[in-house]
Amino acid sequence: MCKPQWEGFETGKWTSEIDVRGFIQTNYTPYEGDDSFLAGATKRTEELFDEVKKLMLEENEKGILDAETKVPSSITAFGPGYVDKDKEVIVGFQTDKPLKRGIFPNGGVRVVKSALESYGYELDKQTESIYTSNRKTHNDGVFDAYTEDMKKARHSAIITGLPDAYGRGRIIGDYRRVALYGVDRLIQEKLEQKKRLEINCLESPDIRLREEISEQIKALKLLIAMGKSYGFDLTQPAKDAVEATQWTYFAYLAAVKEQDGAAMSLGRVSTFLDIYVERDIKNGTLTEEQAQEIMDHFVLKLRMIRFLRTPAYNDLFSGDPTWVTESIGGMGTDGRTLVTKSSFRVLNTLVNLGPAPEPNLTVLWSTSLPEGFKKFCAKISITTSSIQYENDDLMRDYWGDDYGIACCVSAMRIGKQMQFFGARANLAKALLYTINGGRDEKTGEQIAPLFAPITSEYLDYDEVMAKFDQILEWLAELYVNTLNVIHYMHDKYNYERLQMALHDLEILRTEACGIAGLSVVADALSAIKFAKVKPVRDESGLVIDYEIDGDFPKYGNNDDRVDSIAIQMVELFMNKIRKQKTYRKAVPTLSILTITSNVVYGKKTGSTPDGRKAGVPLAPGANPMHGRDTHGAIASMASVAKLPYKDAQDGISYTFSIIPNALGKDEDSRENHLASLLDGYFHDGGHHINVNVFDRETLLDAMDHPEKYPQLTVRVSGYAVNFIKLTKEQQLDVISRTFHDRH
Amino acid sequence: MTIGKIHSIETCGTVDGPGIRFVTFLQGCPLRCQFCHNPDTWDTHKGTEYTPTDLVNEILKYKSYMKFSGGGTTFTGGEPLLQADFVKEAFELCKKNDISTALDTSGFIFNDKVKEVLEYTDIVLLDIKNFDPEVYKSVTGVALENTLAFLDYIREKNINTWVRYVLVPGLTDNLKSITKLANHLKEYPNVSRIELLPFHKMGEYKWEELGYDYTLKDTMEPSLALINEVKSIFETCGVSVYANI
Repeated sequence: MCKPQWEGFETGKWTSEIDVRGFIQTNYTPYEGDDSFLAGATKRTEELFDEVKKLMLEENEKGILDAETKVPSSITAFGPGYVDKDKEVIVGFQTDKPLKRGIFPNGGVRVVKSALESYGYELDKQTESIYTSNRKTHNDGVFDAYTEDMKKARHSAIITGLPDAYGRGRIIGDYRRVALYGVDRLIQEKLEQKKRLEINCLESPDIRLREEISEQIKALKLLIAMGKSYGFDLTQPAKDAVEATQWTYFAYLAAVKEQDGAAMSLGRVSTFLDIYVERDIKNGTLTEEQAQEIMDHFVLKLRMIRFLRTPAYNDLFSGDPTWVTESIGGMGTDGRTLVTKSSFRVLNTLVNLGPAPEPNLTVLWSTSLPEGFKKFCAKISITTSSIQYENDDLMRDYWGDDYGIACCVSAMRIGKQMQFFGARANLAKALLYTINGGRDEKTGEQIAPLFAPITSEYLDYDEVMAKFDQILEWLAELYVNTLNVIHYMHDKYNYERLQMALHDLEILRTEACGIAGLSVVADALSAIKFAKVKPVRDESGLVIDYEIDGDFPKYGNNDDRVDSIAIQMVELFMNKIRKQKTYRKAVPTLSILTITSNVVYGKKTGSTPDGRKAGVPLAPGANPMHGRDTHGAIASMASVAKLPYKDAQDGISYTFSIIPNALGKDEDSRENHLASLLDGYFHDGGHHINVNVFDRETLLDAMDHPEKYPQLTVRVSGYAVNFIKLTKEQQLDVISRTFHDRH
Repeated sequence: MTIGKIHSIETCGTVDGPGIRFVTFLQGCPLRCQFCHNPDTWDTHKGTEYTPTDLVNEILKYKSYMKFSGGGTTFTGGEPLLQADFVKEAFELCKKNDISTALDTSGFIFNDKVKEVLEYTDIVLLDIKNFDPEVYKSVTGVALENTLAFLDYIREKNINTWVRYVLVPGLTDNLKSITKLANHLKEYPNVSRIELLPFHKMGEYKWEELGYDYTLKDTMEPSLALINEVKSIFETCGVSVYANI
């Protein structure tokens, strides 16, 4: 069943079944060279980018550029939109105008209303009424089913950031399928799947699945209609590089028109697209300049994805992130590198269009990557601080060679796996509950079940650990139960039909739990074990502070005495999660990732036995606490690299900041040293690293003179932000983090 | 058991020898260089005690980083050769474990024990504070001649050497003597690189904290023109010259 659009491709199993990986493996061209072939921005790109920059500047000044107040967003809710039609090689916006934010009331209408109001807009009365009286939302469903304990845990912030009032996100549709097969073929596949489910005794899982497939088919038909409104026929496969990029983007665009999930990641498209580019170049119909232009325009569109968020949401995940994560490079299971020239081209957009937080460019690092690519990555990291790196050698064993990263650190096989995103539990707070017999250290309210608090003059390690175990048992059970409620309701009221249409029928689901405050807990337990920690109690007996006598080993210095405690905590909590029953038999996983919510979590957490005072931010992700990693950059990396991925398969985030001079004396040695740091870290088992290369002074200056730094990008925890878009508190948090500066 | 006194360690050294290096700052120094940025390493009574085995076990934790970068370990200070027994044992253990060793020294201490250390040294970073004996004495408080004998010896043993020179305006910018030094170094094929380190004041606060009298308060950092002039003089040696700018 060969299509004319496939002329010149090597055929295989992929021609008769939906198998994008098979297509890539039979057709891609690995590239082992350096960056010398790359082209700069075309005049057309520069002109278009200038127009977009103007819009972005206006957006920065106003907070948001524009918002829809009446029509709920959907795949076909809006006609075509352009910035400058003649200059756009790749087209399509979420609404009818660039940077105008849509509304997604299926998640919850109150959230939409308050988000609009915070920017001075008013939700249309009729729309509000429909979603209040006629159409139930995900948020309503969740609160109908929440137990009292769940509400309390949420309110006390021991479990925070739950996706019960916003889209869960972290689902990656295999957007490439639209380009390779055309939508007609995908609909046909879905019809066959539905046919297979015509069975005698339909029970609720099968009924749900049949309904879901029907919804998926409807979404695919809407995708065709959306393409048509822009003048493209998506029913058929893409015939060249421009179309392949446009089709892939349209598929992604349909997803972000229908869902405002926290993280709307792209997957792993650059090497896929490279096959089309190579074919066109070989046919003489495309030049390197044009190939780069297509990539630049595609990336420019991805930089313009927007969602409307509430101020409370922005406090948690600041800087307007969308997590359009694109996974780049890596190695194939057959030993060939998956780096292609388009892996270079996508990173080269950071040169042609300057640094930017989105798309969230994620290099899948292997010590076996071609040296030219390693060096190019290091070079771009040093000049833009816009890349994150994840360990392909580690993940390939778990997820094969066609996985992508959703959000920051969550690996999933593209089109074959999804996750139920679970935000995170605050382990630092759980430790305080342990000491206070289940009472909240800030309010005195009984949140966890009542049990005997610790009353001794000094904290005893064994006693604390025994009671901590009980609290974690309670927390894990409550946490997973809460997630089960959320995801049941999300499937019911806010199902991601377009994204799931770009998945297989049988998929692996994970229930992705998370923890915050790991380094605080490790240091606190270390202080209790190796120094003397005396609780300070108020008149009601509630412990509100701690006095520490003596020194103790601190996480982040490659000291096994305390690093082993951090490892133990991860294993302990994961094992408790593993015992729980999950919705749709999802496989439980764990992440050590806070994004920027470490600031808010810290605000909601009292003083801790490691000497951290009430309200001070927790360290982000798996990072050591600010300023406590005193043995140099590598000691800090080595501590993080010890955390077990087998018990944190949803990812372990580490953010690293170093000043340029500490990397070496000249450009060449800095690039070599950074590449070697990554080789060493990943060889030793590290999972993820954000690399920032700049001086603290630059950030201080940017706080005072934001107008001078419109594109200054910093990597925070699993994503990057425009530094000037952070709240002042978060800017200060970034500045207070450890900068490795010995030289 | 030999015990070493260690001032501090840096796990991510990128400027003291090739590649990424585990840098050990040893406690104690017989020199009193006016421009020293680590005066807190002078006092021989301070420091944390390590056995060679403990220290090398710590170094071995970072083997991957050294391997990928072509790096190793660097012992500096202070003057590491004040503790030659310790350094020798530690370096011997490093070599057994396939770790490349670098010794950052003034060459002031030169005796049979030092010769033993050099048996296990892959690279010497030799700090020549000045080539004029009188200036040398006034900059460091000690005599130059040992350093020159040391340089002769490492040529004889053919040990790869990087010469380092700190450029301080008004103190070590005597161009005639720099020219003489450059000519002298031509006779040393073991010298593969010269590093020109422009004076900076990042250590000044330490002098104050320690209650020492800092004589270079009013000294400026060298101008780019001066750095380039000195660099071109050193380049006459025919080896690569790196200047930290």
